[in-house]
Amino acid sequence: MDILITGILLGGTYALIAMGLNLQYGVARIMNLANGEILVAGGYFAFIAYTSTQLSPLLTIFVVAPIAFGLNWLIYVLMLQPLVNRAKNRGQLEQDSILATFGLSFIGVGLMLSFFGGDYFSYSFMAVPVELLGNTFGANRVLSFVMAVVICGALYLWLNRSRAGLSIRAIATAPASARLVGIDVKTLSALAFALGGAVTAVGGALISTYLTLDASTGVVFTLKALIIVIMGGVGDVRGTIVAALLLGVLETVVASLLDPGLTLAAAYVMFLAILLFRPQGLFGKKPT
Amino acid sequence: MRNLILAALAFGICALLPFGDNGYWLGLGVTIAMFTTLATSWALFSGPTHYISLATAAFFGVGTYVTGLGIDTLPFWSLVGLAGLIGAVLAALVGLATLRLSGVYFVIFTLGLAELVRQVITWVQNNTGQKGLYVLTDLDEAGIYWWLLGLAAAVFLTGWLIGRSRLGFALRIIGDDETVAAHSGINTARAKILLFMVPGAVAAMTGAILAPRYVYIEPSLAFAPILSFQVVIMALLGGASRLWGPLVGVIPFTFLLETVSSNFPNQTTLVIGIAFLVIVYLLPNGFVGLLDRVLRRTKANEVQ
Repeated sequence: MDILITGILLGGTYALIAMGLNLQYGVARIMNLANGEILVAGGYFAFIAYTSTQLSPLLTIFVVAPIAFGLNWLIYVLMLQPLVNRAKNRGQLEQDSILATFGLSFIGVGLMLSFFGGDYFSYSFMAVPVELLGNTFGANRVLSFVMAVVICGALYLWLNRSRAGLSIRAIATAPASARLVGIDVKTLSALAFALGGAVTAVGGALISTYLTLDASTGVVFTLKALIIVIMGGVGDVRGTIVAALLLGVLETVVASLLDPGLTLAAAYVMFLAILLFRPQGLFGKKPT
Repeated sequence: MRNLILAALAFGICALLPFGDNGYWLGLGVTIAMFTTLATSWALFSGPTHYISLATAAFFGVGTYVTGLGIDTLPFWSLVGLAGLIGAVLAALVGLATLRLSGVYFVIFTLGLAELVRQVITWVQNNTGQKGLYVLTDLDEAGIYWWLLGLAAAVFLTGWLIGRSRLGFALRIIGDDETVAAHSGINTARAKILLFMVPGAVAAMTGAILAPRYVYIEPSLAFAPILSFQVVIMALLGGASRLWGPLVGVIPFTFLLETVSSNFPNQTTLVIGIAFLVIVYLLPNGFVGLLDRVLRRTKANEVQ
């Protein structure tokens, strides 16, 4: 029971990160491999804000989100849009964007290394125990989970209830047809990409309250987010949340029963099972 | 035929390097020979198929571990062969799982592969109480260099033969249009998996050959993920569309990394990042593509 709840708490934050990536890949069609670096940058921001001015990470996220939004919007407009324009087909865009975002990812790591050094960073924020269903958990974990639920819920409502959300879902389903019914694909893709980056950075700020990060851990989170997105199905909010919770629980089970060093191996086993049996995602329909 | 003789001559000249210098330049020669082997075999698969493989470090690490575990009981040459065999089987398994699907799955899977194998080996070592492995042989730097040169020659020969075979023809069609290839009766998944076994085997053999150079092997050294990225950059910088393309990228980038890492050791990640952007935005087809464009332009001028 203890393991299950810890896993779900972890999965909640994973869901938030994966939602960010899903917005970028599902709508803007950019497989953003620099996603993890945005996350770590968000974590650094929260760390610095807390250690220097005692600013609570709960407030920091309101600063982190617009900064990350702007930065990602710039990245999309300046660097990725030219690739979208020049690509002759989906495959070429995929290859180009993978290489370009790898470049951004390495540059991100390099910049963070030279500004902050390669040390691990962590701080003690709300490290008090709370009791939940007879077991005790860190208050920071519970709080991060609650925040993740709130943000995921807001995104879900926005995507499913608003006019802009409808347009974004239309682009995710059929980018070519979306243009025909008068949807501004270019602007909305940039918006979705920027929003995805903001969500990821907020996830990073939240995760830094209870996990130790360093400049080069980004790629691990990128990988986990990618596995979740593929498992949940590209562009599928519900699938992403279920997949994130599954991964969170699985990792916690492996870490506490086998060895904490094997969490990525566990994620891989899950990834492999999905590739072999349900490559279209948990709730996806078989392509005809 | 003339090309074959020229290539053999070039290899002959390269093989003389250890007689000229035994220190810095030989060390650099080993690095260049290693990356040439890795990048050329990488391009054999990724050139025609456009799949970006990041599995090099995983296969390489497996190779070093084959040497590390077997050096006390088996002769060195058989370990290199064994590493190649294991690498090929591993590549076939990875290919079976991912190459039937679109390219993104393949990239993601290979991205974490080295880390996955590293975690598993570390776990096994922790549970058996073993820490690292000592590789003690009488193979010196010159010996390693000649082994690598031989392997590089084998890779070039393989590439040349594949280019002239039915498999090579099938792959060029797959690269142009996979749907067309499938409709004309090519088993696309099988062709891709077969081809992916080549870089898998070669990277494992390279690791096996280089293991004596490290003397002491531990997981974080053998499975350094950065190796995969360096290979991708070198191959694409040179151009993956020709057999000799990667070589053109390996030499300048090795010198660049060497200079950067000795002068600004903390900036290597930054340089790798910038190299990726240069490839995407400035040299989409590598130096080879640039050369082709220049040649075409001069030819067009002559016609006028």
